[in-house]
Amino acid sequence: MLKVYLGDLHVHTVLSPCASHNMAPSFIVERARQRGLDLVAVTDHNSAENVVAVVEAARGSGLHVLPGMEVETVEEVHVLTLFDTVEQVLFWQEMVYARLPDLPNEESVFGVQLIVDAEDQPVRKESRRLLIATGLSLQMVVDEVTQLGGICIAAHVDRPSYSLIQNLGFVPPGLALAALELSKNVSAPEYTRRAGLEGYGIVQSSDAHDLEDLGLAHTEFFVAAPTVDEIRLACLGQCGRRAVPHQRMGSGTIA
Amino acid sequence: MRLKEIAKQLDASVVSAPDGLANEVSGGYVGDLLSVVMARAKQGNLWVTVHAHPNIVAVATLVGLSGIIVAEGTVVDPATIKRATEEGVTILTSAHSSFNVVASLVRMGLEGPF
Repeated sequence: MLKVYLGDLHVHTVLSPCASHNMAPSFIVERARQRGLDLVAVTDHNSAENVVAVVEAARGSGLHVLPGMEVETVEEVHVLTLFDTVEQVLFWQEMVYARLPDLPNEESVFGVQLIVDAEDQPVRKESRRLLIATGLSLQMVVDEVTQLGGICIAAHVDRPSYSLIQNLGFVPPGLALAALELSKNVSAPEYTRRAGLEGYGIVQSSDAHDLEDLGLAHTEFFVAAPTVDEIRLACLGQCGRRAVPHQRMGSGTIA
Repeated sequence: MRLKEIAKQLDASVVSAPDGLANEVSGGYVGDLLSVVMARAKQGNLWVTVHAHPNIVAVATLVGLSGIIVAEGTVVDPATIKRATEEGVTILTSAHSSFNVVASLVRMGLEGPF
């Protein structure tokens, strides 16, 4: 039995130095529910330190939270890496940290990287610079995440920076991506046609760094359950599952 | 000017398709956004990049580049070398910065496409 889940698979928290201070767990959960979202993925840059807080904040709210991370590959391509469990993402985080250059975060340049608890209280600042390319190649990221039971989505491929298509010219043949993500800046049907991306899974998400943007661009997932395997099937249009990207509120089911 | 002479003057290593050292080089191009390289580099150009991903081979084939110099001491992926060998795309590597490699190419008389 399939059900519709309104999902935003690309959401930052106060851990991302470029995010607004309002991207705290309880605020994210509250706003997501106000906007009718059933599903969000927490995807901070190269770190999953705030995933547990958002998962806990969402408990009992009806919002399903996918543990994730937006990894920057050695090619400077941003990839959403999504999992079903906190244990998986924390295991993956160790592998990412091992290939993260050991540089201090320059708060005056990049911003503050805040780790918080489920009540939005600060726990500590992350001192390592997260906004930087890891030493992991795109292929390594996809291989490792797939091995761990997760899925990969190439982030905002329509954007001029940190994009798979901009940086590497085209989608490498045979790369096991679940989908390509489009930003809020484009119409999915129009862009997909213009860029010749028919045949790829397409999702759209907010890449929200501020609460105002949360869920505006989003995807309707017709799936049996909000799991990464089901989302992969939906993106690829397999087994009756499907994913319908929406650029803004009102264009889909969200009112 | 042939690629062989350029490789020698740069003291660059050849990691794939040495037959291509006989290629005539029409000019130079430098860049790391492959979408831009595909759109702007010209046939016969020698391309300087820091990318080691297999997609660089496809770009070289598509544009008809005379070769690729992977600069900055970047280690080329084995998958890239395999594909370049299959496609006959000559890849050189240099420990020097992209800037210094390009400066050397300019001193040898190479020009850009526009």
